[in-house]
Amino acid sequence: MDSRALDPGIAARRPEAAAGPAPDRRPALILGGMALLLALLAAVWMLQGLGPGNRGFILGLRATKLAALVTVAVAVGVSTILFQTVAANRVLTPSIMGFDALYVLLQTVLVITLGGAGLVGLPPGAKFLAEIAVMSALAATLFGTLLLRGARDVPRMILTGVILGVLFRSVSGFLGRIMDPNEFAVVQSVSFASFNRVDATLLPLAMAVTALAVALAWRMSARLDVLALGRDPAVSLGLAHRGVTLAVLALVAVLVSVSTALVGPVAFFGLIVAGLAHGLMRTAAHAVLLPAAGLSAAILLVGGQWLFERQLGQAATLSVVVEFAGGLFFLYLLLKGRIR
Amino acid sequence: MIQIDQVSHQIGGTPILHDISTTLPKGRLTALIGPNGAGKSTLLRLIGRLEPLQAGRITVAGHDVATTPTDRLARVMAILGQQTAIASRLRLSELVAFGRWPHHKGRPGPADRARVTQALEAFALAPLAHRFLDEVSGGQAQRAHIAMAFAQDTDWLLLDEPLNNLDMAHARALMSRLRALVDHAGRSVAMVVHEINYAAAWADHVIAMKDGRVIAEGPAAEVLTEALLSDLYDAPIRVGQHLGRPLVLHHV
Ligand SMILES: Nc1ncnc2c1ncn2[C@@H]1O[C@H](COP(=O)(O)OP(=O)(O)OP(=O)(O)O)[C@@H](O)[C@H]1O
Ligand SMILES: [Mg+2]
Repeated sequence: MDSRALDPGIAARRPEAAAGPAPDRRPALILGGMALLLALLAAVWMLQGLGPGNRGFILGLRATKLAALVTVAVAVGVSTILFQTVAANRVLTPSIMGFDALYVLLQTVLVITLGGAGLVGLPPGAKFLAEIAVMSALAATLFGTLLLRGARDVPRMILTGVILGVLFRSVSGFLGRIMDPNEFAVVQSVSFASFNRVDATLLPLAMAVTALAVALAWRMSARLDVLALGRDPAVSLGLAHRGVTLAVLALVAVLVSVSTALVGPVAFFGLIVAGLAHGLMRTAAHAVLLPAAGLSAAILLVGGQWLFERQLGQAATLSVVVEFAGGLFFLYLLLKGRIR
Repeated sequence: MIQIDQVSHQIGGTPILHDISTTLPKGRLTALIGPNGAGKSTLLRLIGRLEPLQAGRITVAGHDVATTPTDRLARVMAILGQQTAIASRLRLSELVAFGRWPHHKGRPGPADRARVTQALEAFALAPLAHRFLDEVSGGQAQRAHIAMAFAQDTDWLLLDEPLNNLDMAHARALMSRLRALVDHAGRSVAMVVHEINYAAAWADHVIAMKDGRVIAEGPAAEVLTEALLSDLYDAPIRVGQHLGRPLVLHHV
């Protein structure tokens, strides 16, 4: 064994081979480049074609929309990476597993039980926070049971998730039919994805909640690296596997609630973003993957929305294109057998 | 010492282990043997708290596995399961580096890095350190997993069929390395092994299991007899002698 370890030919060609994980500057450079690109896009977004009149008003509008897009992007990117880590799988996203459908169902049930008027009567911030809390508890229980039971059987997981999603959606749809049309309008606004219509009243709160959740996820990055190994290795390394799994699922639920509340469900966008983050960074370190996912999502959304809204004059909608591209990418992953 | 008291286990209502009580002596190399489905992996996974204990009690060096915090246990024992699939895409050096996690919790120091380098070299992996796990052979991947457990640097090392996929030379090298850990570093090793002659040649203590029960245990020379092995595997097995140790002629 030792004689092979010291094979002089190989050792000479790869002198750094034995040095363990060498300090790699590539991730930092890529992240820096992405941050720069995003800053550039944001500047174009804010300042392009700004006339002399009404500057303050237009800048305000643009800033609101920019903030919303970035918030949604970060929430989708980070939640997808988190979910893929906890599910030990690169093909699943929270949306494919029915997280956002659960949020829409929760909304529908709330509107019915509290009544559209009662709901409007609640301060939107308080209502939003309550929804997030309920959503986290529900998601952790439901998906926690699913993951802690049968995580090793990926096809079964996908199937269960798809069925759950369909179930949630059809229950919401059914409730929508029997409810009052006015109440239904309240629900409908969160049932379809649109980057053009952003719920601005919730924005400051949504930004704060996202920042908090992302900070918590970032603090967990070392533990996430261990979680990503899979259950047995993680337990054997002394990770409190159950607790971390549930905590991560709760964070995913919070982030999905934020993005769904702001722009509605986006099924496949997260998949593109997570694929990009993994492909660009080529590492399993979450300290790098999480910012990479957030940044690439923000670049895609801000850049894409700028293209469609300002250049193509809404000839097509970004949400449709994103979903189409994401769906193709999903099929590509499935066909390549990358179900891992 | 690992103390196992009245441990029973069932999966989906089917009893797998029946009221097992035994000890694995400290400072020894213990081999767990027995036919497929005997319950060896299940017992090892219960010791390594990979499965929750249903009935009975297990202590590892005085730590009750059911109540001791899991991160504390990770500094007492390292366990490598029979299925070694890793979900993330890692380089061999990164995988082995995870073995240090129980000690640094995400902030590796120079001592941790030195230990990882040492483990990579010990298992002849240094030239492959920068390859991804899915870009090396089965035996090389297996050695990387063992190196990771080795880097964890615990008093107890629990290995489920570590010889899987290893060629003759690497299998023997692993056994001699485990022997050295026991003899010179005061460690204790428990391993499941199918190739009975590795147990005959290297193990101090042998525990034979069949149908979820321990049917014999003791020093290797006492357990590895013609009568017992023929009974254990339900097949006639002859045992010879080589250099004063049993040589099991199971292949003829
Ligand atoms: N998930 C499971 N569901 C049902 N039965 C199981 C499960 N895992 C193991 N068993 C059963 O438990 C018994 C013991 O399995 P175990 O894996 O402990 O055997 P083993 O001694 O390690 O066998 P091998 O030498 O083949 O690895 C077997 O009869 C097996 O069929
Ligand atoms: Mg086994």
